Parts: sequence; structure tokens; C-alpha cells
Amino acid sequence: MSDADTPVLEVRNLTVALPQDGDRRNAVSGVSFTVKRGEIVCLVGESGSGKSVIAQAIMGLLPKTLPVASGEVLLEGEDVTKVPTERLRQLRCASMSMIFQEPMTALNPVMTCGEQIDEVLREHTALSPAERRAKTIDIFTEVALPDPERIVGSYPHQLSGGQRQRIMIAMALVLEPALLIADEPTTALDVTTQAQILELVRDLQRRHGMGVLFITHDFGVVADIAHRVAVLRLGTLVEMGDKNTVLKNPQHEYTIMLIGAVPTLKPHGRAVPADAPLVLETRQLAKTYSDRGWFSRRGEVHAADDVTLEIRRGQTLGIVGESGSGKSTVARCIVRLIDPTRGEIRIHGEDIARKPMRALREVRRKVQIVFQDPYRSLNPRRTVGEAIIEGPLNYGLPRAEALERARKLMELVRMDPAVLERYPHQFSGGQRQRICIARALAMEPELLVADEAVSALDVSVQAQVLALLEEIRERFNLAMLFITHDLRVAAQVCDRVAVMSKGKVVEYGEANEVFLRPSHEYTKALFAAAPGRDFVFGAG
Amino acid sequence: MAAVDADKYAALSVESADVRPQETAWQRVRRNLSVRIGGAVLVLLLAIAALAPWLGTVDPTMFDAGSRDLAPGVRGEMLTLEGEVIQHKFHFGSDSLGRDIYSRVIYGTRVSLFVGVVAALVSLLIGVFCGLTAGYLRWVDGILMRVMDGIMAIPAILIAIALVAMWRASLVTVIIAIAIPEIPRVARLVRSLVLTIREEPYVEAAISLGTPTWKIMLGHILPNTIAPLVVMGTFIAASAILIEAILSFLGVGLPPDIPTWGNIMAEGRIAFVQFPHNIFIPGIFLTITVLAVNILGDGLRDTLDPKMAKRI
Amino acid sequence: MLATIPVLVIVAVLVFLLLRITPGDPAAILAGDAASTEQIEGIRKTLGLDQPLPVQFGIWALQMVQGDLGESYYYKVRVTELIAQRIEATFSLALVTIVVAVLISVPLGVIAAWRFGGWFDRFLMGFSVFGFSVPVFIVGYLLVWLVSLKLGWLPVQGYKRIDAGLWPWIQHLVLPAITLSVIYIALIARVTRASVLEALGEDYIRTARAKGLPESRVLIKHALANAAVPIVTVIGIGIALLIGGVVVTESVYAIPGLGRLTVDAVLARDFPTIQGLILFFSLIYVGVNLLVDLSYVVFDPRIRY
Repeated sequence: MSDADTPVLEVRNLTVALPQDGDRRNAVSGVSFTVKRGEIVCLVGESGSGKSVIAQAIMGLLPKTLPVASGEVLLEGEDVTKVPTERLRQLRCASMSMIFQEPMTALNPVMTCGEQIDEVLREHTALSPAERRAKTIDIFTEVALPDPERIVGSYPHQLSGGQRQRIMIAMALVLEPALLIADEPTTALDVTTQAQILELVRDLQRRHGMGVLFITHDFGVVADIAHRVAVLRLGTLVEMGDKNTVLKNPQHEYTIMLIGAVPTLKPHGRAVPADAPLVLETRQLAKTYSDRGWFSRRGEVHAADDVTLEIRRGQTLGIVGESGSGKSTVARCIVRLIDPTRGEIRIHGEDIARKPMRALREVRRKVQIVFQDPYRSLNPRRTVGEAIIEGPLNYGLPRAEALERARKLMELVRMDPAVLERYPHQFSGGQRQRICIARALAMEPELLVADEAVSALDVSVQAQVLALLEEIRERFNLAMLFITHDLRVAAQVCDRVAVMSKGKVVEYGEANEVFLRPSHEYTKALFAAAPGRDFVFGAG
Repeated sequence: MAAVDADKYAALSVESADVRPQETAWQRVRRNLSVRIGGAVLVLLLAIAALAPWLGTVDPTMFDAGSRDLAPGVRGEMLTLEGEVIQHKFHFGSDSLGRDIYSRVIYGTRVSLFVGVVAALVSLLIGVFCGLTAGYLRWVDGILMRVMDGIMAIPAILIAIALVAMWRASLVTVIIAIAIPEIPRVARLVRSLVLTIREEPYVEAAISLGTPTWKIMLGHILPNTIAPLVVMGTFIAASAILIEAILSFLGVGLPPDIPTWGNIMAEGRIAFVQFPHNIFIPGIFLTITVLAVNILGDGLRDTLDPKMAKRI
Repeated sequence: MLATIPVLVIVAVLVFLLLRITPGDPAAILAGDAASTEQIEGIRKTLGLDQPLPVQFGIWALQMVQGDLGESYYYKVRVTELIAQRIEATFSLALVTIVVAVLISVPLGVIAAWRFGGWFDRFLMGFSVFGFSVPVFIVGYLLVWLVSLKLGWLPVQGYKRIDAGLWPWIQHLVLPAITLSVIYIALIARVTRASVLEALGEDYIRTARAKGLPESRVLIKHALANAAVPIVTVIGIGIALLIGGVVVTESVYAIPGLGRLTVDAVLARDFPTIQGLILFFSLIYVGVNLLVDLSYVVFDPRIRY
């Protein structure tokens, strides 16, 4: 055993260069921090902050285009940036391990889970096949995988996302390394699974006393898991310290801004006039996908079932749920991008659920949608201006007037009207989302559907777009349907909330009621799993 | 509360727009080395085809019994169709009928390039039509794509050989026979592009903006298929030039009096042991031409359609 | 799986229509250029060409299903018998080519992907473009000229059956197999490189490296194993190129196989033989690709039928 005071990991003045044509000189510049035995250090930052680059630099996994320019990475006193490849290979998994964001793709799909652990043991130990198998089953038991004997012979695609992440953790910890690097290990998981995995990491860390470097963008996760926190911005470390100090009393203005942008889990409690006219009603809306084979019906999937909701003018209804809950299916039915199987969709009392595509012309104008992925929501071959005026032109507005409206809308979404001539690739994700909002508003809709519209954005950008959506809802007195998996976002924007699970609405009511006094078991579990729910950010 | 001032964040946010003027696709294409090399060779070949009569050639169908089987570089006499005897240097020698191989090779450039371009255009035109129809009309899709699968199950050269054998070879029949087996490949590409692009959020956005189907097809879908189609068209042209030569070489292609590289080589087979250059010289021209088209295609694919470049 | 049957039916319809959609009288075409009016009439009667098209197709399809491909007008024997006589040579050539090509091209493609952008990669990509561009018969004549005529190492042309001894069989197959494999190697190597390259960009490769595995294991057990499906797919699709190549190669090397028979039948306008050969080749192609589809189960546990 080395001296207990030596940190497991010490990063000194690490600088990683970017290629010549990059938007800045270094991906990471002059970053220093330590991870001690038995502590969890969270590395927090938005996209492009260089947090994953640091993780890969420690593991020696950086691509050739991103070389370590200077600095040291001391793993138990040994500088891993200078050791020969062979030594680095020995250290991996034995002294330092890493788990990744996407449990779906991080495991080899054509190898059984048992084999994937087995090859680690074969490479790093001299155990016999029987001993290796026993050890594999032991570690599967330790990470609480059900029926380890069966999972040894299973392929990754036969397991759930959470189970796969457990396999990854088992693989990383089977040799009891001193350092575990976790690169956004729960970002791709549903909130309830995320809570379980965080619990597991914390538990294993306590039991084995290893140091953990935990990379995340989510302050809720930080509040739940960290001992110490390091905040990164554009490759430099702006603030580092004890969790409570950084989260409650941040010093650097960037940290203050980031933490200020984290939505609270408390609903806003704004009063909504109950007599405002109904814009949208759905009655027993259902969408069933049937998977028909050549000779038989293989089965039916009830993507949405018996969904009854309503939205009044000036009101925001949120649909929250985990992936596969059917929340997006409902949104797409309402916009009639897909045809509902049963039920009614009433816009101002008129049922549009059965209307053929051609007859939807008038309704289309009233109902507009903003999608999740800002990079695929705009045709790459059309200018922003063309995208915004497409709708108005379809409804007979003269081109000059449509362009004038586009210019006004660009100002409204806080963008320079002069950029109407540009193509989408010249804009960032947040800007594109603003353009998409402008495109929807150009139709002067009465109902705006936002389908995970802020989910792909960084927290500071997310705050801007949320503020913008709130502003336009108020200004145009819009009815808004807000689909999200993020409870914090839902709490911030919604007046009413519907919680969906497995295609059904399990709880539906005023946001205040649902958030503060959830009645359904699923809703309670969902809220209990929200990371950092008990933590009050900022000075209070 | 949500009503925070958005501008407060904008100042500190790390997200910034990339306002540098980006290279257009056309600029990327022009800078690509493969495109430049392939393009330069093709321009040279086009010049040769266009200027054939002024490159020291004689009528490629003209023959002289006194000048049979000459070695390359030999001077000899030729009887023109008008009955006068001219002195002629046989750069590439002459064939067993006493025709000037140099003239035949130079004029052969015209046939090869013409067949390549026209066959590619024909198969693209029909293939795009079939692909769009299959991608948009579900009831046509099943039948049409099964027929395409059927055509693809017959090796391309066999279809071409059989069709030419039925129809008796002429420029038109040869081009059609070469184009037919390529149609399913184009149709499949277009269909899969249509099906993918249809699912893109920007197309769904257009639907919810009330854009009619035909406008979506022409305005959103078709423009996004052009780059892959240009690339595919180049590869079809290369393969068409090759197949035309193979047909002629096997003796089932264009009539022997049309000077094509394949025909010169077919003629050269008889005396291959003594005069291997009768096969190798047109063979070099043929290989260089196909190579240039393929290199051009590779370059276009890398620059216009990087996703496809990853696939193959 | 089930899609194979409609494809075969469509192939049959296409081959059937091939003769009927030609301008002119199919009976006259079938009879050949030197036939008399009575002969043409005879053919019209025996083939039922005076019946409506669907009936004609019924008669014809029934014969095909029973394995009767008709009688050759030129050779005056059953087409099935002709195919049986010639198949050994073609089968030997194709099999040797496939085995050699796969053994060479897959390792080349893997190395090129591993050393992406390096000199070996560029060399292999250059070779593969060349392989696609150079006509099969040019390669053939070049090899004959160099190896057989100039160096005198191998026989110029012809074919020896395997029962006449292994050595002569090999001697006569070496050059044709090399000739034929050029384009096949180019194709498989290119696809192997592309699919291994794609696999190398996947997250599980990063995981494998993070586990401290040696590079060779990462490359073979992780990258190549995941690239297997596209590689076997292209081996199957490449059979079409191979069949085209067989027709040309057998002509160059005077090998009495099915490819040579195809050209001879076309030159003699022997239509029953042409039809029979196209059907036969297509059947082989569809059959091989069916086997390839079935083999996916072995390479990818996610695929189930």
C-alpha cells in the first residue's frame, strides 16, 4: 500500500492541444486537480468544456489529433502521459478504469457479457477459466445484476440500459482499481435508473475506498454524489472546492451563472384563469402499432392509450415521462404527423383525429411544433429566411410581407435579422432552436407543441430558450404543450402536468398539486429519483 | 421562475455561433485532388474525342490489303475511299485487314465516352423515377421493388449480353442493354434516401407548416438526393464503359465496323502471340478512361457525400 | 427469407419475357437465321407460341419447375445436360477464386483500416480503384503474355479436369483464378476496410482499449467481429461480378465452362441455352445470397429469423 496521503490521481497543469483549424488553441489548458483515495470528485461543465478530454487523457485514450501538449497526470505517483504503451495497457482496468455515457454502444454487441469480463481477467491475471468464471459471477452479484449465471451468457442487446451500465461497472471494478473515471454514466438513462446507478457507484466507492472522477453536466447529480467539485469552462478550470461551498456559495461568475440556470424542482405556482377558452382537448386518444408478420399478427404495442387532456389559452400543459412512456406519440398525434388509432383530438371543439391529410390545412396553421434535435430540424440546403417564410407562403402571404414578418420574428427570438440569408450549419444548437421557434411563430399558431425542445441544449442555453418560450407564451397568449423527461424543466414551465408511463396518463392535475403532493406510486418514485431534489442551489 | 432575462445568460454562455463563411460544396469539390486528377484526364480524353479528325488520323474504317499486320511506327501506303493512295505512318501498327489502329483507337474514344455518359443518364433518369415512386406510393413500392430485386438477381453482364443478342447490336440497343441492369441500383438508392429524408424533423416541420406533398418532394427531398446521385452516376458511367468494351471484346457488342476499343481488341485476339500491342494499346486507353472516371467518382463521393464515403 | 421465392418468380418472368418482348417473331429468332418457314411453324407449335402470353408462361414455367430447360438448337442436346458437362470447370475456377480472394482481401482490408490514412491504406485504396477499372480480359492477356509467353512458366490456355491429376488442374487454374480475383479482391478489401473502420469508431472499441486489451485483440475480436455482416454480404453480392468475370475469363483462357458456353450460345443465337444459363446463374446467385443471409445468425446474435 502506498502512503494514504498520496492522492490516487494528481493532474498537474494538463494542456491538450486542438488541431490547427479548431475554434481555440487548446481543448484543455493548464488544468490541475487531485482525486484522493475514497473521494468522489465531480468534473462539471457544458459541452465543449473539455471534461471528456481530460478523462481520455488520463486513460491514454486521446485520439492522435489531440496530443497532450504539456503537464503531468500522476496515477498513484506514476506519470501516465509518459509511460510506454505496454505499461499503460497494464495499468488500464487494473489501476484505473473508465465507464462511459452510452451503455447501449459501449459494450461489444456480438460478444456475451461474460466473455467481455472474462477477457479482462485473462489479460490481466493468471486465473484459470473456472476461477475467472467464478469471479465474473461474483462481480455480477456485487453490482446487483439479477440472475448472474444467466447474464454471463447473455448478449448486451438482451439487457436493459441500466443492466448494461451495471455490466460496464462490473467490468471496470473487477480488478479493484484505485481510480474509477465515470464519464456521464447516467446521462443516457431514465431518471429512475439513473438514481439506482448513482446509488450503486456511491455504494461501491464506499466499500472499496477507491477514488472516483465523475464527469457530468447535471448539477442535480453533482449535489447527489460529489465530495468535491471542479467547474470547467472552455478547457480551463474556473472553480474548484468542496461541494457545499461551490454549489451554495459559488465565486466565479460562470459558476454563479450555471447554478442560477438550474431550474428548481418547485413549481412556479402562477395562477391560470380557469375560464380561458379551451384550445385543445383529447378524448381517449390512443395509438397502437401492430407489428404484422407475413402470416400472423406478431403483437401490438400500445404507444399511447386512453389519453384525455385539455389545454386552455395562455396555459402550459406538461407531459412528463421516461423514454417509451408515449409522451412524444401523443404530441405527434396532436400535430397529426401520425394518425391516431382511436379517440378524439379537438382543436377549438373541432375533432381533427379522423380528418384526411388534405382537410387538415386550416388546423395546421393553428398548431405548430418545435422538435428536440436542433441539428435536424432545419433543411441544411435552405436559408433560415426560406425556412421561416415557408409556412406563411403556403397560406398565401405575399413574399415581401412574409420576409418582413420573418425579420420581426428574428428580433423577437433575439437574433439578428441580417442572418436570414445564412444556412443552418452556421448556427449553434441554441440559435437553431430559436430559429425553429420563429418558424413556428410565423404561422401565428394558437397551440405550440414543444417536443423535448430544450433537452439537447446545455443548461445555460436551455435557460435562455425556456425564458424565450415563456415570454412568447405570455405575449401571444398561447396554449402550450410541453413534452419533457426533465422534472426540473417541467416544474419551471408548466401550469398543469400529466405524468405518463407505459402509454397511459397515471397522474394529471395542477403542477402544484402533482409536484408537491403526488398521489400515484409511479409519480412518487419518479420524483424520489430526481437527482439533487433536496438540495437548494445557490445562497438560497 | 422562468422569467429570467435571457440576455443575462447569452453574455456568459459558452455557446457561440460559427459565423466563419463555410466552404461551399462546389469549392470543396474543386479543391479535391482526386476530382482534379480524374477531371483533368477526362478533359484530355474529351479533347481527343472532339479533335479526332485533326490528330493525324485517317478514316478508321478504311483498310488497305497491302498494309496488313504492320508493326507500330511503320510507314506504309493507304488507299482512300476516293481511290487515291496516300502515305501514312502507322503509329500503333495495323490490323489483319490493314486498318490503322491509331486512328481506330482515337475514334474509339468517342464511342466509349458517349456510351458511358448516355447509359448513366438513361439509368439515372429511369431509376430516379422508379425510386421516387416507390418511396412515395406505398402500393407501388412492393411490386416495383420486387421487380428491381429480380433484375438485380441476374448478373449485369448476362442481362446486357442477352438483350443485345435478342435485339441485334446497335449503338442504341447496346446503351439500353447496359443501362437496364443499373436501374435497380439507382432506384434502391433513391428510395432509401426518400424514406430516410421523409423521417427528418425538417420534413415533418414542413408538413406541419402545411406544405403540400409535391412541394415537399421537390423542395426538401429531391435536392438532398442530388449529391449521392451525381456520385452514383459517375460510377455507372465507369461500369458502362467497361461493359461496352467487354461486349465488343466477346464479339456480341457493337458491329465490328464501328471503331471501339473492345472491337479492336476482339480483332487483336487472333494474332495476340505476334502482336500483343493490338490488345494492350486499346486496353491502356480503356483502363485509363475507366480509372479517371472512377477516381473522379471517388473524389466526388468524398466531398459531396461524406456519409456514403464512410460506407464504402 | 421468404423474399427469395418472389425474386425467383420475377427472375423467371424476366427471362421468359426477354424473348417475347423482342421486336420480331420469337419463333423465327429461336429457329435461327437459316431456318425454313416450315421449321419456324414447327417451333411455333411445339413451344405453344400461338397461345396467349400467360398460357405460354404457364407451359414454360411448368417445364422449368420440373428441371427441364429445353433443348439446345445448336448442340442438339438438353440444356441441362450441357450445363452438367461444363459445370466442373466453372465451379473449380469460381471456388478457387473465392477462397483465394477472401483469404487475401480480408486481412488487407483490416490492416488498411487499422493504419487508416497511412501508406498501406493509400496503396490498397489505389489498388482497389485500379482493380475496379482494369477490364478482366486485359489482366488475363497481360498474365498470359508475361507468365506463359515470356517466362514460359505456365500453360497458355485450356483446362484439365481434377481427375486428370491435381498438379495439371492447379497449373491450368492459377492464371484464370488470379485474373478473376483482381476485381473481387478490390471489392472485398474495400468493404472490409470501410466496415472495420466504422467499427473502430464505435464506443465498444474505446471500451476494449480502456480494458487494457492488446491492439491485435481489439482489432480482431472486437472490430472485425462486428464488421463481419457487411463483409459476408459483399462476398455474396460479389458473386454477380464473379459470374460476369467468369464469362470473360473463360473466353480468354479457352476454358470449356459455363461462361464460355454462354458466349458461344449468344454467338450461335442458341436461345434455349441462353435462357437456361441465365436462369441457372441467377439461381446460383440467389441461392448463395440466401445462404449469406442465413449466415448472419452466426455473426450477429441480434439477428433472428
